Amino acid sequence: MFIKIKNLSKIYNKYLAVDKINFHLEKNKTIGLLGPNGCGKTTTIGMMLGLVTPSSGEILIENKNLNSFGRDEILKRFNFASPYVELPKKLTVRQNLEIYGRLYGIKDLKKRINEISNDLEIKEFFERKTGELSSGQKNRVSLAKSLINKPEILLLDEPTASLDPDIGDFIRGYIQEYKSKNKVTVLLASHNMNEVERLCDSIIMMRKGKIIDKGTCNNLIEKHGRNNLEETFLKLARSKDEF
Amino acid sequence: MNFNKIYALGLRHLYLVMNSFPRVLDLIYWPTVQIFLWGFISKFFTLNSEYYNNTVGVILTAAILYDFLFRASISFNMMFLEEIWSRNFTNLFIAPIKIREIIAALTLTAIIRTLIGLVPAVIIAIPLFGVSVLHLGLPLIFLLIGLYLFGITLGLLVTSGLLRYGPSFENIAWASLFFLAPLGCIYYPIDILPDFLQIIAKGLPLVHIFEEMRNILINNSVNYFNIFKSISISVVYFIFGVIVFYFSYFGAKKRGTLINMGE
Repeated sequence: MFIKIKNLSKIYNKYLAVDKINFHLEKNKTIGLLGPNGCGKTTTIGMMLGLVTPSSGEILIENKNLNSFGRDEILKRFNFASPYVELPKKLTVRQNLEIYGRLYGIKDLKKRINEISNDLEIKEFFERKTGELSSGQKNRVSLAKSLINKPEILLLDEPTASLDPDIGDFIRGYIQEYKSKNKVTVLLASHNMNEVERLCDSIIMMRKGKIIDKGTCNNLIEKHGRNNLEETFLKLARSKDEF
Repeated sequence: MNFNKIYALGLRHLYLVMNSFPRVLDLIYWPTVQIFLWGFISKFFTLNSEYYNNTVGVILTAAILYDFLFRASISFNMMFLEEIWSRNFTNLFIAPIKIREIIAALTLTAIIRTLIGLVPAVIIAIPLFGVSVLHLGLPLIFLLIGLYLFGITLGLLVTSGLLRYGPSFENIAWASLFFLAPLGCIYYPIDILPDFLQIIAKGLPLVHIFEEMRNILINNSVNYFNIFKSISISVVYFIFGVIVFYFSYFGAKKRGTLINMGE
């Protein structure tokens, strides 16, 4: 087991954001983290990234507590992309990738930047300021930043939110292709059910800070007697029961 | 004219102020500082109208040194604020960089920004007013070190506030330096302050730095003990600033403010 989340909780003042959740991530698998807005997905990701201190519980990486790693030691194995987190707008795409490449201590940075920018087709706006790019272009740059260190653990928070179907499909296709060529464990938070079905090996469903169900897409659809993942999501999100 | 709409828009801004303690503080702060600063300057010139006679440029040199302190602090704050404004905060804090490396990077980069802003002003003052800070000689380096360390400390304290309270603390970033101006005795000697404020002022490195600057320019003598004292006090404040920054960082992790900073 690569990553194990054990009885993880987070309480903000008196608000219980995450309530004793347990799950694990197998190495090189993609796990979808689903749930309605405010269900605790971002807080869970924040705790895994070391941005939020858990109120209780543990995050184990290869059976070692996340806290026992040095900040720089563990974070170089992670990376994260989200359309809600941006790169400095006044810097060009190349400058941003160079800075993050240096922060992640990438050897032969020029080659890595070249590689990733060719793959993600961002070369054409390489010298443009990041703030001047369209949403689709920004997302691709953000994804390039998140892959610059070839992370072992990649956390993606709605990577295709607000993108047109063409660009969305490109990003999903790229993640799929990248996964087939590289060893990476992915935790994907998304509201796009097609994306989840296409990319995820299994799913964790959250509601009000709790995990209410987990399994593969097909298992969950079958178990809840629905036709597709979207219907299953709606049933689980609206239901008051735990499964 | 619809009174309800005017009221609604006014209410929108009132709510903004009422929901944020730093904003209330900001409103009270500026007039109070101005009254203190200019009150003491006026008092000094009323009582000592001949103090600066035949001593060209003491006030301008003080202004330049004060601006150095101001730029150092603001540069530090600005670099941190830039990360918040560009919504890059999360990316920065999930990068494998130690907190002490972040502090070191901001501290070292701030000097470049400070000098970019200040050097042209220093050069312009020479032909325009015949005033050069270089008249302070070798002690100038030590005075600048003390000022820089204290400026960075203020930057650290403000960024700690930004981590704790979020972007609404931004106004304090701009105001932090002016808060100390009346107590720093930049343009007047410490004797002008009431006794109880003199005790507080002596705990700041600024008083010793600016007293020494006046001593060098007016009396043509250097008291290195005073300079050493000012740097030592600055170092103590700097260590305090670093500790506060770490506390704020761990506090922010506990409150979860690092995820949504900038929103």
